[in-house]
Amino acid sequence: MSALLEVEGIRKKYGQFEVLKGVSLQLERGQAKVVMGPSGTGKSTLLRCINYLTPPDAGTVRLDGEEVVPRNLNRIRQQVAFVFQDFNLFTHLRVIDNITIGPRRILGLSKTEARDRAMRELERVGLADKVRAYPAELSGGQQQRVSIARALAMEPKVILFDEPTSALDPELTGEVVNVMKRLASEGMTMLVVSHEIGFARSAADEIVFMDGGHILEQGPPAQLFDAPQHERTRRFLRMIGDQVGDAAAAGEGA
Amino acid sequence: MSDFLDFAAEHLPYILAGVPTTLALWILAITFGFFFGLVLAWCRIYGKKPAYWASTGYIEIFRGTPMLVQMLFIYLGLPEVGLTFDPFTAAVIAIGLNTSAYQAEYFRGAIQSIPQGQMTAARAMGMSDLQGLIFIVLPQALRRVIPQWSNEAILELKFTSIAFAIGVTEITARAETIGFKTFRFFEIFLIVAAVYFVLTATVAQILHIVERRTAVPGLTLGR
Ligand SMILES: Nc1ncnc2c1ncn2[C@@H]1O[C@H](COP(=O)(O)OP(=O)(O)OP(=O)(O)O)[C@@H](O)[C@H]1O
Ligand SMILES: [Mg+2]
Repeated sequence: MSALLEVEGIRKKYGQFEVLKGVSLQLERGQAKVVMGPSGTGKSTLLRCINYLTPPDAGTVRLDGEEVVPRNLNRIRQQVAFVFQDFNLFTHLRVIDNITIGPRRILGLSKTEARDRAMRELERVGLADKVRAYPAELSGGQQQRVSIARALAMEPKVILFDEPTSALDPELTGEVVNVMKRLASEGMTMLVVSHEIGFARSAADEIVFMDGGHILEQGPPAQLFDAPQHERTRRFLRMIGDQVGDAAAAGEGA
Repeated sequence: MSDFLDFAAEHLPYILAGVPTTLALWILAITFGFFFGLVLAWCRIYGKKPAYWASTGYIEIFRGTPMLVQMLFIYLGLPEVGLTFDPFTAAVIAIGLNTSAYQAEYFRGAIQSIPQGQMTAARAMGMSDLQGLIFIVLPQALRRVIPQWSNEAILELKFTSIAFAIGVTEITARAETIGFKTFRFFEIFLIVAAVYFVLTATVAQILHIVERRTAVPGLTLGR
């Protein structure tokens, strides 16, 4: 059986500057991969190319064997959820409506079906008591958990996370990381850009290390963290290790 | 004083009978201006070159020339090329076209003040750009624009008075008629000013309630 998400030969240039120089990776059903690498390496660009928020210059993305093309884009995006660094909850909508708007307006669920689904996902992220709140009334950590619930309510095949904790105060990253760990253990397919060593070690099946628009190396956490092949990787890990101090209190490095 | 009150009591009903005309003129014009203003704003923000330049030119021309001239052009000028309107219709068109240019600029500013991430999130979940605009961007932009839009709407309510110049019998025209009949211009224009004041104050109050009712934490600026 082929991988759920197959990314092949993605290239992206901004002007003369080639940000992605042919990136390929596969995500198996139920797999969680963490992408790491120095700032400006193209991690965000890669995620945005996968769901064509930024159309790649070359390369292909396949979801469940179906190639992403402009014609099926909106349908594919319903199955590839995106969690943003700065949450991007819909400001004018209460928590409940932030979560139901996709299922209702895009998937065509009835009001009660969408509501039931939203409540289920809110309970999953531990925020059932915040249904009536507006995003501005929540802490950053709570907003990010709502945005994860919003992603889950679309019942996507895969979720892309772009540094979901790096806009959060260190004491709030834990609550988001815990939710993500639980998702990973429940078999959610996830591609996560993050420098959270704690999450990467305990929840990721594989770590992908990117540098300068390439994937430099990838492998299981134990291998990549404890026996990295490349000097660049070692140096990067030392750097975020120094900044972080210990994995438990991990803020985003780089 | 009692003389003034008698005068007012005698002529107020005739003036007030013009209120429906004034309000109809106003509501039709600002409603037209609302929808056409949205289209113009859309063209300026998302439009390709021709749509962008057409809407920009339109907005500049209508904001750069007097509304009275526009109205006279429509009522007196267009018949010469075969387009004839009754006074009321001509006034609705003139005020509507004029306010659409101003509303467009307010809408554009409000839409552009909504952070890009909102539309990005809408697209990322599979909404089309139109859905993103309708469900996400516009509901936020329209809330933000209420204070400016209220000013514009109230300004237009007062501007309906220039329709008297082409013979619409709204309240200013009626006041003038009474003025020439009685030669008591001082009193009659005080009365008509008071009527306008009550109308604008009521509208301002209603719009203020709308603003409060639709306010959302983190969205409306200040207050
Ligand atoms: N819209 C854009 N226009 C021009 N250059 C861009 C654009 N978006 C990103 N870049 C450039 O592409 C490079 C890669 O950016 P990207 O955001 O993908 O990096 P990143 O690995 O996510 O970094 P970070 O860890 O800081 O988030 C950067 O040099 C950035 O300046
Ligand atoms: Mg990034």
